[in-house]
Amino acid sequence: MTIADAAASARAVTEAILGDLAKAERGVVVDSPPGAGKSTLVVAAAASLAERGERVIVVGQTNEQVDDLIDRLASEHGVLRIGRLSAQDYIPADRVVVHQNVTVSSSIADLSEHPLVIATAAKWATLADPGTRWPWAIVDEAYQMRSDALLRIAHLFDKALFVGDPGQLDPFSTVETERWLGLNWDPMSSAVAVLLVNNPDIPVHTLPVSWRLPATAAPVVSSAFYPFSGFTAATELKDRGMTWNTRPFGMTSVDLALQTAADSGWALYELPHRHALRTDGEAVDACAELAARALLRGAVTTSERGQHSVTAERIAIGVAHRDQAGAVRRALRARALAYPVLGSALSAVVADTANRLQGREFDLMIMLHPLSGRRDATAFHLEAGRLCVLASRHRHACVVVARAGIPELLDAHPSAEPVHLGVPVKFPDGWEAHHSFMAHLSHFRVPSE
Amino acid sequence: MTVLTALARAAAATGGRALPTKTVRHVHLADRPLVLVAAQLAGEACAPLAVLVGDDRDKPRLLVVYEPRDRTQRFEFAAELAAIMLPAIEGYISAGNHGDDGSVERSEPYPDAPQLLVPNQPTASFLQLLGRSTRFRRTEGEYAVRPSVPVLGRWLTYFSERAEVSPSSQLLPMTVVLADHWATGQSAAEDANLAALLAWISPPDGMTAREAARAAEDPVRCPPAGPVTDPTFDNEVLEPILQAAHEAALTGDTAHLSRARADMERALRGQLEPTWALMWRAIDLLRGLSPAAHVEPRWVNDRWSFTNQVAWLRDGGAPQARRDSAVAAARRLARLEREQQRLAVERAYDDPLVMAEHRMTGEAFAGDVVDADPARLDTTGKRPVLRPWITVATTDAVLFEPGAALRSPLRPAQQATVKDVVLTGRGVTQVVLELKGGMGRSLIPPPGSVPAVGDNVTYTSLKDEFQHAPKFPEIQDTPWTHGGPPPEYVPTDEDAREDWS
Repeated sequence: MTIADAAASARAVTEAILGDLAKAERGVVVDSPPGAGKSTLVVAAAASLAERGERVIVVGQTNEQVDDLIDRLASEHGVLRIGRLSAQDYIPADRVVVHQNVTVSSSIADLSEHPLVIATAAKWATLADPGTRWPWAIVDEAYQMRSDALLRIAHLFDKALFVGDPGQLDPFSTVETERWLGLNWDPMSSAVAVLLVNNPDIPVHTLPVSWRLPATAAPVVSSAFYPFSGFTAATELKDRGMTWNTRPFGMTSVDLALQTAADSGWALYELPHRHALRTDGEAVDACAELAARALLRGAVTTSERGQHSVTAERIAIGVAHRDQAGAVRRALRARALAYPVLGSALSAVVADTANRLQGREFDLMIMLHPLSGRRDATAFHLEAGRLCVLASRHRHACVVVARAGIPELLDAHPSAEPVHLGVPVKFPDGWEAHHSFMAHLSHFRVPSE
Repeated sequence: MTVLTALARAAAATGGRALPTKTVRHVHLADRPLVLVAAQLAGEACAPLAVLVGDDRDKPRLLVVYEPRDRTQRFEFAAELAAIMLPAIEGYISAGNHGDDGSVERSEPYPDAPQLLVPNQPTASFLQLLGRSTRFRRTEGEYAVRPSVPVLGRWLTYFSERAEVSPSSQLLPMTVVLADHWATGQSAAEDANLAALLAWISPPDGMTAREAARAAEDPVRCPPAGPVTDPTFDNEVLEPILQAAHEAALTGDTAHLSRARADMERALRGQLEPTWALMWRAIDLLRGLSPAAHVEPRWVNDRWSFTNQVAWLRDGGAPQARRDSAVAAARRLARLEREQQRLAVERAYDDPLVMAEHRMTGEAFAGDVVDADPARLDTTGKRPVLRPWITVATTDAVLFEPGAALRSPLRPAQQATVKDVVLTGRGVTQVVLELKGGMGRSLIPPPGSVPAVGDNVTYTSLKDEFQHAPKFPEIQDTPWTHGGPPPEYVPTDEDAREDWS
């Protein structure tokens, strides 16, 4: 598919969605695979509704996401007056302050004249009685939102557009209980799941192409994590490329892994099999070393956006647990001492958990495989959404760091989650998705020395 | 499993003896807990067979359902159980009603509340099912039960719902409590066996823990702790007695019937009594641990909850609904999450071994104060304010970044902000902290309010701060996204039915 074809098919779906918005009774749900132009759609829908004279509220999940959205909306629609409702201790981000047409306030009364008001779900929930109802709400990242959060804000609007990525991590709770399983309003399930069970007539659209994922990644991610809806890459193989400014002195396994990833989009940097602690020192070091090496060698990307060098902010290291993220950050700090030429650049490399990387985009992704070095495969580590987030953040290449033996570990731990009455079986199955992903990676295996 | 627990388990396995993983007891233990050991009929959900119940270790009461497949007898059994449990609960109420009839609005909770101890999680689930099957029963008309039965059902449901609230000690499964306080050298599944768990913690004289645990797996020596019975016992002992009783009842042979019933009592007593003894041994072990600092305030919450439940029952409140509505579910989840978070913080503050687990994951660090400027003033504002700085040297892995807000268990009212984190080599990290609060109003900190050089201190990002209860719509305002307002809840006899029954 050429970029023009992709744009045409995405435009056709967007028009169908905007058409549905005009005649919707309750709302519209849009499933968006990774990088399929979700924000573009939100911006287009918000602008389209605002132009029709409808007052709109936009519900984001985190302040970061809300600020990103405001930046895009305000840049693309300079005349639209946007209100940013915030908590009292919120310090407006630079990318919000620069826009003349954005007003930041902690009180909804100050923003009553604004056709478009944006805030996080948590902030909207504090408005128990705003004295008004908005005709429309746009709920962004709706699959990340728990249904009890939707319950708290649903009194604010008549109709809503829900946009989100169904393949990503489900919302979670620290409380383990089976009390509400199978109920139509299970507070622990996602907002969209509850909405659709209670309102089965709501139309559901799926965005067809991914602008982020390269042609090397889209088929893998699509077949492993979106087996039913599927999507394609908007770009072709020749549109994306990654090269290096410098040649390596000798060829270490780290260089080989980076080269494999640059050539084919994927690399599996495989450490010897071993049962390890969660903060596996060797694996953490390997992640930090890969990031440092990519910066030292100077990666350059070519894409439909032109040629760019890969800076530290465009590299991410994704992990499953917070303590692993902490350990990676420490390892990066230690590397900064070892490579003075990089200076503080290394600390700009993003190291975080899958939960916090949701919705973000990088050129080069380094992921510590959730099952690396484990003795067992629990539901947490098998969750398809976690792997999907980590495997779908990159525009160019993804290096997976893992200890050998993951396929054997999977075979030894078939998923044995109980089936509950009234609870739809979850697809894709995490165990199956892991196997499919590892089968693909096995072609790009680079053993560490 | 945390790294520390894994280490303790490995050490227990090699050392052949369970290791304590807590320095204090994190649950409340009543002076006279109500202990209940149950057995149910195999193959049918919640068909009670027998219970051993009481608050006196020397005088357990045995209740037996002679024909567990007969539902009339099942509810007679519930009435007998009510005749034991309700007076025990009533005792706590009358102890708190000072002459009045208890209908006045209370400013204080009842002085004490009942506590129910069961051997394991399945017994707690069994009580929950028993509560569900009894609380909706009618006391008149067709299939009427005695008036005490639905009241018992409400109390059993109350205890089961309290067990979902993690800081509550009102219904405790013993294996869960013991496994929380000790690490054994066996798997978590084996720890669910009360006899094997106790064998690791305190093996009988002359036996190693491993031998005792192996012996505990013999169902003849140590019958299962219930409610599921040993299949061999079912086939070889119980089945012939049930058959004999059944035939005697059909032929009207009262002599044979009473003999069969005596046999049954003897057999079931034999199955339950070993677990009864184990329960009291476990209670003794737990009494040997001193309670953690926050156990008492948590029990006050349990007493309040009990007080409110008494008031609800007295005002003729309906039995607990079979299912939560959308709003009730969301409210309950929010409460459970807040309570669980609070419990995690309190446990860490109370117990250095729990805090050690957070130190392993980078949520806390401990070390010595190597530098202190207790009289440092911040003069950047309008008025100078007291903001002492201290430097802590630690060998823990510090994952905090400057700006992180921390607390110390020793000075919970004082906030510490990370100003700098310096790796000094040899694995030592120096953390510079700015302190705020907990030092009175003057510009000179009172003695002891600021850690001094040489003090060993712990700082953590875990903190228990007051959170407003989140606002949810009223039930009649349930939005369309969640199915709209539900019809008003009217409990009926049908509510006792299960989807699968």
